[in-house]
Amino acid sequence: MGRKILLNKVHIPGISTCKVYRDNGGYASVEKALKTMTPADVIEEVKKSGLRGRGGAGFPTGMKWSFLDTRSNNPRYLVCNADESEPGTFKDRYILDKIPHLLVEGLIVSSFALGVHTTFVYVRGEFKQQIGILNKAIREAYEQGLLGKNILGTTYSLDIYVHSGAGAYICGEETALLESLEGKRGNPRLKPPFPALKGLYDCPTVVNNVETLAAVVPIINMGGDVYAKIGVGRSTGTKLISACGNINNPGVYEIEMGITVEEFLNSQEYCGGVKGGKKLKALIPGGSSVPILPAYLVTETLAKTPRLMSYESLSEGGFESGSMLGSGGFIVYDEDACIVRNTYNFERFYHHESCGQCSPCREGTGWLEKVLHRLENGNGRTRDIDILDTIAKKIEGNTICPLGDAAAWPVSSAVKHFRNEFEFHVAHPEIVKNINHGSLEKYINAKVLA
Amino acid sequence: MQNSKIDHKIHNKTGEAVQFSTEVLEKVKKIIARYPAGKEKSALLPLLHIAQEELGGHLSVDVMDYVASLLNIQPIEVYEVATFYSQYYLDKVGKYVIEVCHTGPCAICGGEDIADYLEKKLNIKTGETTSDGVFTLRRVECLGACGYAPVMQVNTEFYEFLTQEKIDLAINDLRARANEEKPKDSKWVEKFS
Repeated sequence: MGRKILLNKVHIPGISTCKVYRDNGGYASVEKALKTMTPADVIEEVKKSGLRGRGGAGFPTGMKWSFLDTRSNNPRYLVCNADESEPGTFKDRYILDKIPHLLVEGLIVSSFALGVHTTFVYVRGEFKQQIGILNKAIREAYEQGLLGKNILGTTYSLDIYVHSGAGAYICGEETALLESLEGKRGNPRLKPPFPALKGLYDCPTVVNNVETLAAVVPIINMGGDVYAKIGVGRSTGTKLISACGNINNPGVYEIEMGITVEEFLNSQEYCGGVKGGKKLKALIPGGSSVPILPAYLVTETLAKTPRLMSYESLSEGGFESGSMLGSGGFIVYDEDACIVRNTYNFERFYHHESCGQCSPCREGTGWLEKVLHRLENGNGRTRDIDILDTIAKKIEGNTICPLGDAAAWPVSSAVKHFRNEFEFHVAHPEIVKNINHGSLEKYINAKVLA
Repeated sequence: MQNSKIDHKIHNKTGEAVQFSTEVLEKVKKIIARYPAGKEKSALLPLLHIAQEELGGHLSVDVMDYVASLLNIQPIEVYEVATFYSQYYLDKVGKYVIEVCHTGPCAICGGEDIADYLEKKLNIKTGETTSDGVFTLRRVECLGACGYAPVMQVNTEFYEFLTQEKIDLAINDLRARANEEKPKDSKWVEKFS
């Protein structure tokens, strides 16, 4: 069994209630931080832990916190990003569903460290059930004196409010989230200034993912040094991976970073192997935005070293032969999956979710969708394949926020690794017209490659 | 391809008087009070959710103007937000809005077949409402429940690991509930306060 420090209590009956959570050692980090530590001590422990942002970018959390403008006379804010909407990712939902007090505890300790007295949790609008659960947990925490004025008899006071989004992928980007929290359209802001200087209401703000803030709890309880010993290299600690697609046991798993991808994919403790005994065709390890990996690059890197579940190992080989850990949205494709159809599907998603601010993304995602739709439906031309690559390259790096990159990478990598499938779609329109839901691999193996 | 036909008529204003009940208005005031003075506009997204649920199931121009007056902002500031987010309905919808996820992970687990089956079963196309006004069918992008794919959301309730049999059961159940005065799952008071 792998080591669990976030989800170790998840299976205790009634853990979503404050009483059971406290009876099982919950809120110990609040007692410890507020009564025996200074805010600077807490930040120092988080820095020592090597914790990196769990929302996708992997930026060191302690460093992000230390950028917060402490000289400003304006109030400071902590905003929790629970706008989980990356396809393949559903780990934050799991925390909110099963153990909401873990997030509340993390919020209190983190807010204390940052000198924040008002914290917002921005939850995506679709998670109405989870908003209800979280609101209940927060109410309980107020009743127990863990929130509000003079928490646990100390001089520290904090209010937490839950704010509901309304269905927009782009609001997961931190500045778009702040715009949305201010009651506007979710258009990302130009950076700099970064939110640490000018964030919510132009005040110094830190935006962190749900899992990041939850991880602060074990860091304070065990100490940053001890936490840093878990994991491998600069990928410290544990990570929640949400596994889905064609596997036997989809779900959310906590892994110690550094286990092999092969173990995660095939062991019964985790994914339990590809569903129906089929062969693995491809894997997206970190949510739809990261490059897709063909089967031969999943268990080994190009240099023939075993591929590990860590920030470094998954990105080894760059975008030529690697991918990214991203948000931990682990999507598995079996031998029957059609990569062209899947890529079309993702581009439709990005086109729909582009906020429309930057032309390369607004227009480019639409073009990608159109060209891929043509290919998928048997109306493609050979030059379409290169057009895809060209459009993707012209979006990448030319937009205010990373949605443009997120839309471009899946296309570039799919064309790079599965070019034969795209060519097959051009060469055999009559077959792709009739078979829409995958199974093309068999035809390709039989007719094109043989 | 994306359905690019725009059929909502945002400029239609009937001049009909709309207002929250006193009880709802109390809740609304509490929500507005969460945000710092002068930043009341922050309450716009939560308020639109409540308005949509309380005042007819979709956001007509009259409803949006009313919300603008509550927050002391210009109506255009509400329109631009209401048209940006996919959870606000600008056209009339059925009592139950069925939203089937058709993004990547759901699609490879059969999400598109589920949507096709619902179209056949309800005898409507995606985006349409049944003639009795009970169901609206939509295909939506990722609902964040990829591990339970294929999924659909009906108002606030999630249905997971869908099969045709499960859909048959769910639709029968919903049809039976449709005659009650308000959908059972209408509990925004708990969800937003």
